[in-house]
Amino acid sequence: MSDVLTPTFLLILIFSTIRGATPLIFAALGGMFSERAGVINIALEGLMLAGAFTAAVVTYELQNPYIGFVAGMAVGAVVALVFAVAVIKFEADQVVTGFAISLLMLGLPAVVSSRIYDSAGSTQQIAKEFLLPEFWNRLPLAAILAFALVPICWYVLYKTPFGLRIRAVGENPEAADAAGVNVIKLRYSAVIISGILAAAGGAYLSIGQSSLFTRGMTAGRGYIALAALILAKWRPFPVLFACLFFGFTEALATNLQGVYKLPSGEDVPVQFIQMIPYVLTIIVLAGFIGLSRAPKALGTPYRKES
Amino acid sequence: MKILREILWPLTAVFAAFVVGGIIVVAIGDNPFQTYYQLIGNSFGSMNDTGYTLFLATPLIFTGLAVAVAFRCGLLNIGAEGQLYVAAFATAWVGIKFGGAMVTVFGKEENWSWFSLPAVLLVGLCVLTAVAAGAFWGAIPGLLKAKFGSHEVINTIMLNFVAIALVSYFTQYYLKIPGDPIMQTAEIGKAAQIPRISQYVPGMPDFVPLSVAFLLAILMCVLVYIFLWKTKWGYELRAVGENPTAAEYGGISPKKQIVIAMTISGGLAGMVAIGEVLGYRYRYYDGFSDGWGFLGIAVALLGRNHPLGIFVAALFFAVLKRGEIFVDIETKYVSKDLVEVLQAIIIIFVASLQRFSKR
Repeated sequence: MSDVLTPTFLLILIFSTIRGATPLIFAALGGMFSERAGVINIALEGLMLAGAFTAAVVTYELQNPYIGFVAGMAVGAVVALVFAVAVIKFEADQVVTGFAISLLMLGLPAVVSSRIYDSAGSTQQIAKEFLLPEFWNRLPLAAILAFALVPICWYVLYKTPFGLRIRAVGENPEAADAAGVNVIKLRYSAVIISGILAAAGGAYLSIGQSSLFTRGMTAGRGYIALAALILAKWRPFPVLFACLFFGFTEALATNLQGVYKLPSGEDVPVQFIQMIPYVLTIIVLAGFIGLSRAPKALGTPYRKES
Repeated sequence: MKILREILWPLTAVFAAFVVGGIIVVAIGDNPFQTYYQLIGNSFGSMNDTGYTLFLATPLIFTGLAVAVAFRCGLLNIGAEGQLYVAAFATAWVGIKFGGAMVTVFGKEENWSWFSLPAVLLVGLCVLTAVAAGAFWGAIPGLLKAKFGSHEVINTIMLNFVAIALVSYFTQYYLKIPGDPIMQTAEIGKAAQIPRISQYVPGMPDFVPLSVAFLLAILMCVLVYIFLWKTKWGYELRAVGENPTAAEYGGISPKKQIVIAMTISGGLAGMVAIGEVLGYRYRYYDGFSDGWGFLGIAVALLGRNHPLGIFVAALFFAVLKRGEIFVDIETKYVSKDLVEVLQAIIIIFVASLQRFSKR
């Protein structure tokens, strides 16, 4: 134990936590806009995948991670629009449709990548100099962006008329409507914002943390971001801490491999380490959910009285 | 009139999904008609094709029913995938430990089994294990929802990851033959293996893995129908799905029904193990499921959460699954992942059109 807790190891763990939290922060903040406006966003996983795939392809083709990053966000917005049309205009079940969007983003990238790279599932490896930069080889630019987004989102949500309307629409759409707010339009914009942010998180995964897109590479991070959002009671600063917590579980999982030995002298089986973030998500949700209150109109489609 | 409407909307959804899928195929540079011909045209032509299609429909009927029972109680079980993984491993474990399984380890015969049960008992025990293991894994998110109110969707998704890792661990350290490069268990005892349909149907080749599990799937459609619509328990379960508050006023405990529904749902998902382990591979094999649990959602939605609809929807998706490989080989650019895309689009359309069918 003592030979493990060296300052270097702790430093590695801290930066590893930040890196693990980064995609979650993007996605959870995105989900926050959508859910505060009343739309459950299980599609986060799919939106992240859309961003990850697009960013990897565009970055590889144009050899520019910034264009790739923005392209990822743009495609995230488009996919979010599809989701929004289904759940807002056609009042489709939000959970079912969100899951279908995530399913779609498992298959569609594979169809496209097998056409352009002849490899179903993954894209071409991007050279290191064309990835999103990391400072001192440790701190990713995207992480700084993610952290900076937290106060920005807080400001937008609590200090601007737009944020006030979003919250009103999620709590009491009838009253908001009566006060002259365009409920439908606001929900569309909230869902599209969530697509842009979640896709940014996904893009960081493929062109920052990794150097290519692989099938289903988000590995449930979209759902974990959703758990973080619930844990944080749908508020920006707690979202940051919840994501850091989940980032820490992931950091533990990656950095503990091969470090601890069982009494028998064998390594702790890798499968148990892989399970850590998922098991902790379940435990944390069960322990804290009673304390959180969802936006009142979450999950209910809005139809104007006529 | 009602039945016509029930059928019309799913068909519209499928048609719309095929149109969107066709546009994707064109964008990729292939001929959509040729692609769809490959996708659908190889499913029922010969005994071989028919057998394979029905074989692929078997797990889909089970998972479709599983998702539908949960749906009827107002729950979305995305965890069928994890439930069937746990069930498949547990079934293989029983099939080895109680099946007199002899294993060849580096050229030497080893006895890995504790007992050697006769076939009737062993198959019965394996089937019970499949159901119980799936039910157990399904009950967890049910209990979590009932006790803590945590959402079953997130929990079932998390439990899928946990199940797959857990089962892979137990396979690697307990039931894998040392030296085997593939992540799979040893073979279950001969007595645990259930008969294939090819034994009874002349003209069906022996290698077609369609087993009597298909007949069980049909039986389960009937039993689930009886349970949901002809029993008090089914009525209570559906009452919670329709309106939990009203059900509670009527003296039905929504919490209890949530646990019951998730347990039954998990048990049905677990039955996938019967066809896959006892009737096809005769072992647990890491990654054996081709997303059956997730496809079950599409099957249940398209089948309108009704056993008869689920049977038809499962056949439909089995046809697509059967066609996958032909699309991969016979078309120039389109890969088999097109089926996954179609499946997702069908779900989106069915969900989007639901509103119209209720009027």
